[in-house]
Amino acid sequence: MRTERLARAVVAAALLVLPLAALASEGGSYPPAGNDVRNRASLQRGARNFMNYCSGCHSAKFVRYDRIAHDLVIPEAELKANLMFTSDKPYETIRAAMPADDAKRWFGTMPPDLSLMARARGTDYLSAFLHGFYADATRPTGVNNVVLPGTAMPHVLADLQGVQQATFVTRPGEGGTQVTELEKFELAQPGSLSPEKYDEFVRDTVNFLEYIGEPMQVERRDLGVWVMLFLLVFSAFSYLLYKEYWKDVH
Amino acid sequence: MSEELDQGRRQLLVAATSLTGAVGVVLTATPFLASWKPSARAKALGAPIEIDLGKLEPGAMLKVEWRGKPVWVVRRTPEMLKQLDQATPFLLDPGSDGSVQPDYAKNTARARNPEYFVVLGVCTHLGCSPLPKFAAADVTVSADWPGGFYCPCHGSKFDLAGRVFKGVPAPANLAVPPYTFLSDSRILVGADSAQSA
Amino acid sequence: MGTESQGTTRAGGLWGWVTERFPLDSMLKEHLTEYWTPKNFNLWYAFGVLAGIVLVIQIVTGIFLTMNYKPSAAEAFASVEYIMRDVEWGWLIRYLHSTGASAFFVVVYLHMFRGLMYGSYRAPRELVWLVGMVIFLCLMAEAFMGYLLPWGNMSYWGAQVIVSLFGTFPIIGGALVEWIRGDYFISDITLNRFFALHVAALPLVLAGLAAAHILALHHVGSLNPDGIEIHDELDERGRPKDGVAFHPYFTVKDTFVLSVFLIIFCAIVFFAPTAGGMFLEAPNFEPANPMQTPPHIAPVWYFTPFYAMLRAVPSFLGTQVWGVLVMFAAIAVLFFLPWLDRSPVKSVRYKGPITKFALATFAVTMVVLGLCGMKPPVGIYPSLAKIFTVVYFAFFLLMPWYSRLDRTKPVPRRVTFHAH
Repeated sequence: MRTERLARAVVAAALLVLPLAALASEGGSYPPAGNDVRNRASLQRGARNFMNYCSGCHSAKFVRYDRIAHDLVIPEAELKANLMFTSDKPYETIRAAMPADDAKRWFGTMPPDLSLMARARGTDYLSAFLHGFYADATRPTGVNNVVLPGTAMPHVLADLQGVQQATFVTRPGEGGTQVTELEKFELAQPGSLSPEKYDEFVRDTVNFLEYIGEPMQVERRDLGVWVMLFLLVFSAFSYLLYKEYWKDVH
Repeated sequence: MSEELDQGRRQLLVAATSLTGAVGVVLTATPFLASWKPSARAKALGAPIEIDLGKLEPGAMLKVEWRGKPVWVVRRTPEMLKQLDQATPFLLDPGSDGSVQPDYAKNTARARNPEYFVVLGVCTHLGCSPLPKFAAADVTVSADWPGGFYCPCHGSKFDLAGRVFKGVPAPANLAVPPYTFLSDSRILVGADSAQSA
Repeated sequence: MGTESQGTTRAGGLWGWVTERFPLDSMLKEHLTEYWTPKNFNLWYAFGVLAGIVLVIQIVTGIFLTMNYKPSAAEAFASVEYIMRDVEWGWLIRYLHSTGASAFFVVVYLHMFRGLMYGSYRAPRELVWLVGMVIFLCLMAEAFMGYLLPWGNMSYWGAQVIVSLFGTFPIIGGALVEWIRGDYFISDITLNRFFALHVAALPLVLAGLAAAHILALHHVGSLNPDGIEIHDELDERGRPKDGVAFHPYFTVKDTFVLSVFLIIFCAIVFFAPTAGGMFLEAPNFEPANPMQTPPHIAPVWYFTPFYAMLRAVPSFLGTQVWGVLVMFAAIAVLFFLPWLDRSPVKSVRYKGPITKFALATFAVTMVVLGLCGMKPPVGIYPSLAKIFTVVYFAFFLLMPWYSRLDRTKPVPRRVTFHAH
């Protein structure tokens, strides 16, 4: 019987350790985005940011305007006036304002669809990316990004954030290699938003991106609580029933 | 099995577990059945459509597709409207009491504006699409034909307001979809008002 | 419920009418109300029933997914998002299916390990084990082909890597890979045939094999944690003294186990459907891109022990086929288990220290190999994978010797059971 207990312990440990190991390998090295998909005001601001600053070039082709309006409680008049720039039909999905051919010509690549970007890269990555632009005269756009070096994306938020200068340090890495790391950012030229306000701007935008990545996520978690409660009741009854019948067995 | 068994408790637990399980099965089945309802995309594709009536000549008919069905708009001439009254004695449901239409189309002309007749071109018998036969005494229908719509599948006849004649297979007048005028020459089919679109 | 019938001769009404024409009554007796099941079954014995239930979950959710999924390279990815967003409750059906895939392997691996511990594969139950192994093979094929269907970037490159394995075979490799893909790359054509196999062919085979698995088991009777035959000790009515009717005793017990399983299952579905990238990987939220491999590519967790063994073997004599052969051998060796175990006793309870140590080592081996397969092949992991690949094969290939030499304890005549 001792062996069986041991086996049970090994299996239980495996079931616990493997997911944790997987999680550990997933964890990027980016600071947490700190967004909250239950914060409706933040999502509404994020929607406004997205429509004004992102949707010019990026589509969100799986996301319908009326779904956003419904989930974020935005009145239709406001939706049409402030958020819908590429379509006048609320049931349509979010297209980029810029034609795809032009995008290819200007950037050399298609700006990616953002419907699932938060799920594919994680919110921390997106937050770090939007904080990661710095002046780089060698790039055609005049900027580069520490998170995605060589990105074709210009710093569309430069008016808000300002322009950062990056300082890099080179130190010896593993096996005799040289590793170049970001040492610090300096705001060379301030933007129209204070750094705190810019952080909030990014947080709201990332929040909105997380929401559109899985629009039903809040509903899913809320429903999950009820499912758990129901199953607890069911398991209580079935446990009592099991014990009742097994009184017969000696 | 010597122990005294409490059969009452056992039956109660069987009932409680079965009942909870049955509730669980019903609750689980609900999302699966609900997934058959029109999806957000189907609803988007079935959203109200705008029709421009600017080029529609008096006496002519325009066909558009809405939710996979033909929607007809007939611009009726004063003569055509007069025919409606003449047809009344021969109709099965002249008051449209047993037929499908919004309240604002439950009148003799079956329209918001008698000049423009908006109707679903689907026979109420078995779903064929009737043919427009506007000319009176059209020999392809019959010598005493007052003008209207004729279904080629089973010979159902409707007048110029889509009202069914007596003695044909179709049981009700052609259905009128919800619609509204956005301007004098633009209508929105599929919604009762511009707001609810 | 099933005990109401009073035998076919006296039953009337609809029940009587049916039983005269269909062996419903005798089937219910044979498989439920008079299937004598050892009363000393522990929790390990619930995983077979759970596997059957997960199969049902997968079939039902799978059928509903096919109602909206489009098996074409141009539409597959978008159709999955259509299910997730536009179809009412589509997200729930999809998460149930994606979580069900992993749940299937969890319960099947535990079910197989149970067999390993208590000697469920030993005579006369070899066919139960062999049919089960074929189920396991089909399940791996089913999971692999299903994984391509969302047409995400991980789907695409995962299929690319696994299909390429067949290309390592000498001479026929290239032609074989083209034949599997039906194209010169993983394309729309490949997706279409994987869809056909995933939703039609393999589920039919799986359902049939599952039925055969149960029929074979019920023909020979279930073994139990003591590894003794309950049919050796019969009462005056000819029923095993240590057996109880499957229904109601195990139906109520399994209902309780099922409810606990559903709590865990639904917790994942509702609170962590991606399971931190274990069940749904982040790169799979980007559509398949034949121009760009995801930065770190690994199969889903349930394939990782075998994947680790594949990578552990270096290329040799100018070919990489050895790793592929080792991986296939790792699965093939499981088929021979009934003939590798030469111990006079079946259950680990009465086996000696060597076997117990071997079994514990094996459990650790699978976990370590699984971990190695998940991680990029750098640092300590390649060496660990090599060591434990050897341990894996040693466990099976040395079994004929250590199982016979090991000390054993005397086996009781009656099962160990403590009344509730």
